[in-house]
Amino acid sequence: MTQVLLVGIDCSDCSHRAVDYAANWARIASARMYVVHIIEWSPFSFNTPQENEKRHQRREAELARAHSQILDPILADLKSKGVAAEGVVRHGHPAETLSALSAELNATNIIIGRKGQSPIKAKLFGSVASTLVQISDCPVTVIP
Amino acid sequence: MSIRKSGLTLLGLLISMPVLAEQGIDAKINQAIEPFANAVAGFIFSSFPVAGVAIPFVLVWLIAGATFFTFYFRFINFRAFRHGFQLVRGDYSDPTAAGEVTHFQALATALSGTVGLGNIAGVAVAVSLGGPGATFWMILAGLLGMSSKFVECTLGVKYRNEYPDGSVSGGPMYYLSKGLAARSDKLKSLGKILAVMFAVFCIGGSFGGGNMFQANQSFKQVVAVTGGDVSWLADKGWLFGLVIAALVGLVIIGGIQGIARVTSKIVPFMAVLYVTTGLFIIFSNASEIPAAFAAIWHGAFSPEGIAGGVVGVLFQGFKRAAFSNEAGVGSAAIAHSAVRTKRPVTEGFVALYEPFIDTVVVCTITALVIIVTGTWDPSVDPSQGVALTSTAFESSISWFPWILTLAVVLFAFSTMISWSYYGLKAWTYLFGESMATDIVYKIMFLFFVVVGSSMELGSVIDFSDAMIFAMAFPNMLGIYFLLPVVKKELNEYWAEYKAGTLQKFGDAANRT
Repeated sequence: MTQVLLVGIDCSDCSHRAVDYAANWARIASARMYVVHIIEWSPFSFNTPQENEKRHQRREAELARAHSQILDPILADLKSKGVAAEGVVRHGHPAETLSALSAELNATNIIIGRKGQSPIKAKLFGSVASTLVQISDCPVTVIP
Repeated sequence: MSIRKSGLTLLGLLISMPVLAEQGIDAKINQAIEPFANAVAGFIFSSFPVAGVAIPFVLVWLIAGATFFTFYFRFINFRAFRHGFQLVRGDYSDPTAAGEVTHFQALATALSGTVGLGNIAGVAVAVSLGGPGATFWMILAGLLGMSSKFVECTLGVKYRNEYPDGSVSGGPMYYLSKGLAARSDKLKSLGKILAVMFAVFCIGGSFGGGNMFQANQSFKQVVAVTGGDVSWLADKGWLFGLVIAALVGLVIIGGIQGIARVTSKIVPFMAVLYVTTGLFIIFSNASEIPAAFAAIWHGAFSPEGIAGGVVGVLFQGFKRAAFSNEAGVGSAAIAHSAVRTKRPVTEGFVALYEPFIDTVVVCTITALVIIVTGTWDPSVDPSQGVALTSTAFESSISWFPWILTLAVVLFAFSTMISWSYYGLKAWTYLFGESMATDIVYKIMFLFFVVVGSSMELGSVIDFSDAMIFAMAFPNMLGIYFLLPVVKKELNEYWAEYKAGTLQKFGDAANRT
C-alpha cells in the first residue's frame, strides 16, 4: 500500500523544514504527497450583512492568493527536485480541518512544522501541533 | 430634480443642528414631524372594530397569513425544527465549500437585525397595555410567524441576484418581481408593482423602526440611568442623535467595518447575558412563577380591566410579536439570502429559528421578568417602554440598568446597521447602484437617527410600526402567488431528507 503524506504548512518560508522532511520521505518511500494550507475560518462567526454579501468574492480571492503565494512556489520547488505533490487549500480550524482532510484523502501520515510559540502562549491559545496530536487518527510528525 | 441637491440640503440640516439647539430643537423637530408621522400611522393602521377594540387590518393580514402558511405547509414550524438545527450545526455542509456564508452566519446576521429594542421596549409596552395575558398571544404569534419566515427566506434565496463579481443581492423586491414574472406573464406587472411598493416601504421602515425607534429608545434609557429628568442629557436628544449618527456614519459611509465587526461580536454576548440574567431573576423569584403562568393564562382568555377584553389583550400580544420578529414583513429575507446553498428551502428551515429565538425565547423572558418582579402595573405610563423593563431588572439587580443601557445602545446600533443595509438594498433596487445614490440614502439615514432621538415616543412608535407593517402588504400578497413554488421545493427536498439520500458529512469535518 502506498503511503499518503499530508504536509500542513503556514507560509512558504516558515514551513520549509516540514516540506523538505516530507519530500525526503516521499522520495524514499515513493509515497504520494499533499501540501495543505488551511485558511483560518469559523462557520460560527458573527458577520455584518455587508460582509456576508461579499463573502463569496472574498473567499475566491483568499483561495487564489493561497495558491499563488503559498502553495505554487512550494510545488514548483518540489517539482524541480523531482517530487510530485498536490496542493490543497481549505477554510476552517487548522488542526480540525487537517485531521478531517487526512481522513478524506486516506492519508497515512501528517507532517507539520511548529511555530515555536512560548509555552505560556501555547497554553493560553493552544497550538495547532498539540491539538492535532490529540485528535488525529493517523500518526503525526512534528518538525521543530 | 437633483438627488444630490436634496442630499446636500439634508447634510446642511445635520450640520446646523447644534446651532439650532438653543431654540429647543427637540420640540421643533417633534412639532414638524409629528402630524406627518401620525397621518402615515393612521393610514397604515386603518382599523375595524371588533368587540369595541379597533383592530388594524394589517395585523389581521399578518396573523391570518402566518396561520395559513402553517396549515398549508402542514406545521412546517414544528416539523422542520430538528432538521433546521442540524443545518445550523453544519451536519449537511460540504467541507470543500468551507469559507462561504454558512447557515449559522446567515441566521446570526438576520437575528442581529431583529433582536433589538422590540424585545425589550416593545414587550414592556405589550405587558403594560395588555396585561400578562398578552404574553400568551405573543408566544402564539411567534410560533405562527415561524411559518412566514420559512416561506420568505426560502423565496429570498431562490430568487436572489448573483452578480458576476460573486456578490449577492436578495429579498422581497427580487422574489416579487422575478418570482411572479416566472409564474405567468399576467402576473409580471403585478410583481413589478409589488416589488416597487415593497422597496418604498422598506426604505420607510429603515428610517422608522430600523432607525428612529432604536435611536429614540436607546436615548430614553441613557437619560433614565444618568438621572432621569434632571440628567444633563435630558433635553439633548439631538446631541445623542448626532453622536450615534456619527458612529453609524463611520461604518456605513466611512466604511470602517471594524466598528461593525466589533459590534457584531459583542451583540450576541449581550443577548446571552440578557437572557441569562432574565432567567436568573425569574428563578430567584421562583415562588412567583406559578402565579405568573396563571396570570398569563388567565389574562389571555379572561382579562380584567384591560381595554377591549380578550381582543384587546390579543391585539397587544400579536402587535408586539409582529413588530419584534418581523415575520411576514420581508426584511429578514434580505439578510438570509446571502447564504451559500444549492437548496433554497434549507435556509427556510434555518429561518424558523429567528422568530423562535426572538419572540418565543427572548420576548417571553422579558415578559416573565416584568411579571414575576411585579413591576407590571396597569396604571403605568405605557410610553415608558424600555424604562419599565429596566425597572423590572433593577428590582432584582440594582446595577443591572447600566448593563441594560449598554445592551440597549448596542442592540440599537446593530439593528441600525442591519436596517441601513436593508434600506440601501431597497434604495438601489429603485434607483440603481452608484456612489451618488448610495450616499444620498446614507445621509438621509443619518438624518433620521437625529430626528428619532429628538422626538417623543408616541409618534415615533406609531410611525415606526406603520412603516414596518406597510412592508407586509406587498410582501405577503406576492407570497400567496409563490406558495406553489415553495411547496414544490419543500416536497422534493423533504422526500430526499426522509429517504436519507441527502449527503451528510462526517462529524469531524463539521465540528470545526
